[in-house]
Amino acid sequence: MSVISAPLADSSTMMRRNFRHTMRNPLTLLNAIIMPIFVMFLMVYVLGDAFSVGVDYADYATPGLIIMTICYGIGPTATAVNSDMTTGFINRLRVMDVSRAAVLNAHVISTVLRTLVAIAFVVGVAFLMGFRPSASFPQWLGAIGIVVLTALAISWLTVAAGLSAKSPEGAGILGVPLMLLPFLSSAFAPADRMGPGARQFAEYQPFTPIIETLRGLLNGTPSTGTAITAIAWCAGLSLAGYLWARASFTKRA
Amino acid sequence: MNGSAIAASGLRKAYKDKTVLDGIDLDVRTGTIFALLGPNGAGKTTTVNVLTTLLAPDAGKVVVAGHDVSTEARAVRAAIGVTGQFASVDNLLTGEENLLMMADLLRLPRAEGRRIAGRLLDRFDLVEAAGKLAASYSGGMRRKLDLAMTLVGNPQIIFLDEPTTGLDPRSRRTMWQIIRELVADGTTIFLTTQYLEEADELAGRIAVLDRGRLVAEGTADELKRGVPGSHIRLRFADRHELDVAARVLHGSTRDDEELTLRVPGDGGVRSLRALLDRLDAQSVEVEELSVHTPDLDDVFLALTGHGNLNDQENPDDHENKEVGAR
Repeated sequence: MSVISAPLADSSTMMRRNFRHTMRNPLTLLNAIIMPIFVMFLMVYVLGDAFSVGVDYADYATPGLIIMTICYGIGPTATAVNSDMTTGFINRLRVMDVSRAAVLNAHVISTVLRTLVAIAFVVGVAFLMGFRPSASFPQWLGAIGIVVLTALAISWLTVAAGLSAKSPEGAGILGVPLMLLPFLSSAFAPADRMGPGARQFAEYQPFTPIIETLRGLLNGTPSTGTAITAIAWCAGLSLAGYLWARASFTKRA
Repeated sequence: MNGSAIAASGLRKAYKDKTVLDGIDLDVRTGTIFALLGPNGAGKTTTVNVLTTLLAPDAGKVVVAGHDVSTEARAVRAAIGVTGQFASVDNLLTGEENLLMMADLLRLPRAEGRRIAGRLLDRFDLVEAAGKLAASYSGGMRRKLDLAMTLVGNPQIIFLDEPTTGLDPRSRRTMWQIIRELVADGTTIFLTTQYLEEADELAGRIAVLDRGRLVAEGTADELKRGVPGSHIRLRFADRHELDVAARVLHGSTRDDEELTLRVPGDGGVRSLRALLDRLDAQSVEVEELSVHTPDLDDVFLALTGHGNLNDQENPDDHENKEVGAR
């Protein structure tokens, strides 16, 4: 087996395993879908008409909800990675000479795929609630691109957190900030209308440029500057997550 | 002719300032069971992790299956199988899927993987449960599946880290039987346990690990012999006989109610004969004689009992400091 195909074969074995997990535990998918849809109902039907954002509120809120779906979908990954580590499953693989990349990549890729399925559901519901994007085909591709980049970044961070947490419960808690951060971004209201402190926080945290980029693409009004900031954040967070995961993987036997 | 399956010398490992392994030497012969016995926190799992290439030692040399763990980790991994302290089976896969996943990771051809999985399920009496999720398995079944997963790769040397901890007595016996069968097939087993009975039952050689040091090594019998506590128990017909015997046999302890005398000694034939000769010389009749050798529990307590000399240094240090402070 050549140097390149061995990790690939291992990755696909691990992917099959993770895929079976998701199919046997569909709650992991439901988890990612229910909360964003609930928030969408709340924002669009209950609160949406109460504040004006200049555009139809479903159009305004959907990009934020898409990002939120990513954040809500990662809990099971943190728990799964952590139990792989704490139950000795990863050690078993290490002794079998299964590449580190295979184990970690499989978790990241299956998280991204699972997240994309969840997002498809959420976007479907958004359409039913009046979401009418005006993106061109390339803009749609751009939107999918930024979603995938964000999902990658968050997945790597989650895998790293899962590897370094002491217990599955601890790993779950590490995901909470990620669930809260979208609320403190421009997901549901423009940052410049927020109070002092909250506004600065919203402006400088990664989710605001990411959501603004996605919103711009979906509404057919992309801004290159915001997109570059968003891509830089995604790349930086992915790298940080990847390095953190790699270090934890090596350190904990 | 048995070669060496595992040879370690001068193993050291510390985490920050805490020394976990403090100079360990091991020699495990091919085709034998070797037990590393020690209380929780003695360093058993760390030892296994070093021997199985998971952890690099700070110092020392380890050769497993003829390969150096630090420079030829790959060759070592190809020869060993490890079953960790927790049954690391995948709960959301069935028993059979767990085994097939191992076969895939070992890059065995599909058909061969299926054949091996089928044979292992049969061997470990898991055929009926093969299609059920591992999450529904009992503790004993999980351990069996865990070991079966290790065996997919047909390793020459198997490391079992506390293989029966938490199992009920029947599952434990089943596991022991399986381990014996593995050795009968020529496999070398390195076992860690905190159960003396287990080491006694299974292992040809036993090493006792305490606070990162090997405090004793040998066969179960050798260990028992080296520990004070073996004695000869004599029972007499009446008080008079007991009185006479107690006077003759120095260092003995009497029990007036039971009319018995406990004489320290190793129970060897020569010392036993000498003892009886002395009683004969005084015309003392012995009703009953029994030789008590310590079991491994005595060995364990004697070797790892933490009321030993090393510990007593600490209170002294403490006292000195207090004196200094005054």
